[in-house]
Amino acid sequence: MLEIIFIGLSVGSILLLVALGLAITYGAMGVINMAHGEMVMLGAYTTVMAGIWLHLGFLASIPLAFVVTALVGLAIERVVVRRLYGRLLDTLLATWGIAILLQQAVRLEFGLSFFGKHIRGLGPGLQNVTVPPALTGAIMVGGEDVNVYRLFIIGVTAALTALTWFIMYRTDIGIQVRAIMRNPRMAAACGVNVQRINALTFAYGSGLAGIAGVMMSGFKTVFPDMGTSMVVDGFLVVVVGGVGSLLGAVFSAGLLGQVDGSVASLTNDVLARAVVFGLVILIIVIRPTGLFSFKGR
Amino acid sequence: MSIKRRDVLRGASLTAAGLLVPPLAAPFIRTARAASPVRVGVLFSLTGGLSIIEKSLSDATLMAISEINAAGGVMGEKVEVVQEDGASDPKTYNEKASKLIVEDDIPTVFGGYTSASRKAVLPVFEKRDRMFFYPTYYEGYECSKNVVYTGAVPNQQLSNFIPWIVKTLGKKKFFIVGSNYIYPREMSKVCKILMKQNGAEWVADEYLELGHSEWGSMVNKIKNSGCDAVLSNVVGDSVVAFYREYKNQGISHEKLPICATVTSEIEIAAMGPEYAVGSYTSFPYFMAIDTPRNKAFVQRYRAFVKDPKAVTHHALESAYFQVFLWKQAVEKAKSVKPDAVREAVRGQTYAAPGGDVKVDVDNLHTWLTPRIAQWQADGQGKIVNAYPHPIKPLPYVAYGETDTNLYCTSKGLDVAKLRARH
Repeated sequence: MLEIIFIGLSVGSILLLVALGLAITYGAMGVINMAHGEMVMLGAYTTVMAGIWLHLGFLASIPLAFVVTALVGLAIERVVVRRLYGRLLDTLLATWGIAILLQQAVRLEFGLSFFGKHIRGLGPGLQNVTVPPALTGAIMVGGEDVNVYRLFIIGVTAALTALTWFIMYRTDIGIQVRAIMRNPRMAAACGVNVQRINALTFAYGSGLAGIAGVMMSGFKTVFPDMGTSMVVDGFLVVVVGGVGSLLGAVFSAGLLGQVDGSVASLTNDVLARAVVFGLVILIIVIRPTGLFSFKGR
Repeated sequence: MSIKRRDVLRGASLTAAGLLVPPLAAPFIRTARAASPVRVGVLFSLTGGLSIIEKSLSDATLMAISEINAAGGVMGEKVEVVQEDGASDPKTYNEKASKLIVEDDIPTVFGGYTSASRKAVLPVFEKRDRMFFYPTYYEGYECSKNVVYTGAVPNQQLSNFIPWIVKTLGKKKFFIVGSNYIYPREMSKVCKILMKQNGAEWVADEYLELGHSEWGSMVNKIKNSGCDAVLSNVVGDSVVAFYREYKNQGISHEKLPICATVTSEIEIAAMGPEYAVGSYTSFPYFMAIDTPRNKAFVQRYRAFVKDPKAVTHHALESAYFQVFLWKQAVEKAKSVKPDAVREAVRGQTYAAPGGDVKVDVDNLHTWLTPRIAQWQADGQGKIVNAYPHPIKPLPYVAYGETDTNLYCTSKGLDVAKLRARH
C-alpha cells in the first residue's frame, strides 16, 4: 500500500514539475505555450551537452539549464509572444511553430549536419545522461525499497513549488504578476510595467521547464521529440487545477498522480491512462474553470 | 582551363535538381542523363521520430551499394540509387513506394523498419509485382512473394533463448512485458509455446503504451510477482526508462534478469551500460561478434558515416548484407526484373559480417544464427550462447508451423493449415 502511494506521489511530482512553468505562463499571461515541452527538451540537452563539453556533473547542470532555458524563453517572449498578447489562437500557433523549429534545430544540429559536421550530444539519436551513483538504486525505508531518484524528484519539485509560491506571494514582483493576472490594463494603469513583468514571468516559467528537463534526462530517454508528450500532461494539470492557481496545480497534479499510480498498480497502465483522461473530462464538465479558479475582474 | 558550354549547362541542371530535393538526398539525385540499367530504390525515414534508427539502416544500405560500385558494380554496371524519405509515417511510406515504382519504374527497393511501414508498402509491391527487401526483425505472420525478409522472425530470436534461460539460468517463472502493439503480442505467443514445451510458466503478460516512460507501477508489479526472470518485448525509447527504473527500485539482473528481444546496442548506449550490466538479449547479430569480418565491417561503417563511435546492430547488419544477396541474385539471373530476382534470390548464401546467411527457398525469409548476449559494463554484449549453424526461418511458428510442416512455401501461404489451428 505504501509503495502504491509512493508511486502516485512520484507520478504527481513529475506532473507538477512540468506543469509548474505552464501554470505560470498560461495562468499569468494567458499564453498557451506549446513550446513548453521543447523547453523541457532543451533543459535535458543542456545536461547532455554540459556533461560532454564542460564536464559538468548532473547536479551542476540544474542551474545552468535554468539559465539557458530562461534566456531562450526571454528571447521567444521578446521576438514572438510579445506581439501576440490577447490573441490566444495566434500564440498557440506561433508557439507550436517555435516548438517544431526547436526540435528540428536539435535534430539537424543547428543546420551543421547539412555540411557533414557532427556535434556530439546533438542530432536525431538517443542521448545518454550519467546520473550520480548516489541518486541511483534504492534505500530501505520502513521495510520497503524506495527509489532514490524519485525521492530526489519529489524533493526538487517541492523546493521549486515553495520557491515559486514565495516569489508569487511574498515579493514585489509577485504582487505585480498577480495584479496582471487579475486585470492587465488596471495593473498597467497603476504603474506596473506589464511588458517587463510579462517577459520576466515567461523567462521564469521557461527556466522551470529547463529544470524539469534536467530531472527527466536522468530517467527518461533524451531525444528531440521528448517534450511533445509532456506538454499534454502539463496542460491537463493546469486545466484541472484552475488557470492561474498555484495551489490548484499542486492539488490536481497530486490527484492525477495518485489516480494514475493506484489504477496502474491495481490493474494496468493502459487502463490507468484512460481513467486519468476520463477523470479530467469529468472535472472539466462539472467545473469548466478548474478546481481552484478565481474570478477575473 | 576552358569552360565548356555543356559543363555549365550540366552544372546548372544539377544545381536546380539539388534545390528541389532534401539536401541529404543530393548526392544520389537521378538526373535526366545517364540512366543506369541497374537502379534500386532506398526507402527509409530520414526525418521524424524513427529517423534515429532508420538513418543508420539507410547508411548501411548506401555503404553496401558504394562498396559494390567500387568493386565494379553489378553485371559491369554501376548501381544507381533513387532515395526517398518515409518520414516516419506509414502513409508517406506508401506514397513514396508508389513514386519509386510508378514514376521511377524501379524493380527493387530496399527499406522499411517498423511493421507499420512494411504493411503500408506491401500492397504497392504486390499489385505492381516488384521486390522489397526488408531488413528488420519482425513478428512473422506474413508470406509475400514480393518481400525478401532478411531480419529475424520470432523462432530465430526465441527458440534458443527460452530453453537456454530455463536450462542454463534455471529460471522457471517468467514475467512477460511488452509494448502494446503487434510485434510484442506475437512474440509473447511464441514465448508461451516455448515456455510450455520447456516446463516453465509465466506469472503475468503485461503491456504498456508505445513510448510510455512511467515504469513505477509496472516494475513494482514485477518485483512483487514472484517471478524469477523478466521476458521483455519492450521497444523504442520506453526501454531506457524501463531499465533505469528497474535498477532504481533495487532489483538486480543477477537475481532477476531482464531477458530482452529488442534491446540493442543503441538503447544500451542511451541508458548508460551500468543499468543493463548482467541482463540478456537475443539477436542473430551483435556488434561484439569477435570475428575479423565483423570487426572490419564495424570499422568500415564508422568510416562511412564519419562517426568513430557509431554502433552497429542487427537490423543494420541485415540492411547491409541484403544488398549483396540482391546483387548475387541479379548476377545469377542476369536480369534486374522482379520475377527473375525473386527466383534467383532463393537459396542465395552470403558471408555476412555476423556469419553466413541464406535466403530460404520456401518463404523468402533468411536463415540466421540465433545468439544470446549478456550486456557488459562497456555497453557491448558478451556472446554467451550461439547456435552452431543458421536456422530456418518460420514466420508462422506461433501458429504451429514447424520445419517439417511449412505454412509458407514458394506457392504462397497454405491457408488451410492456418485455419485448422484456429
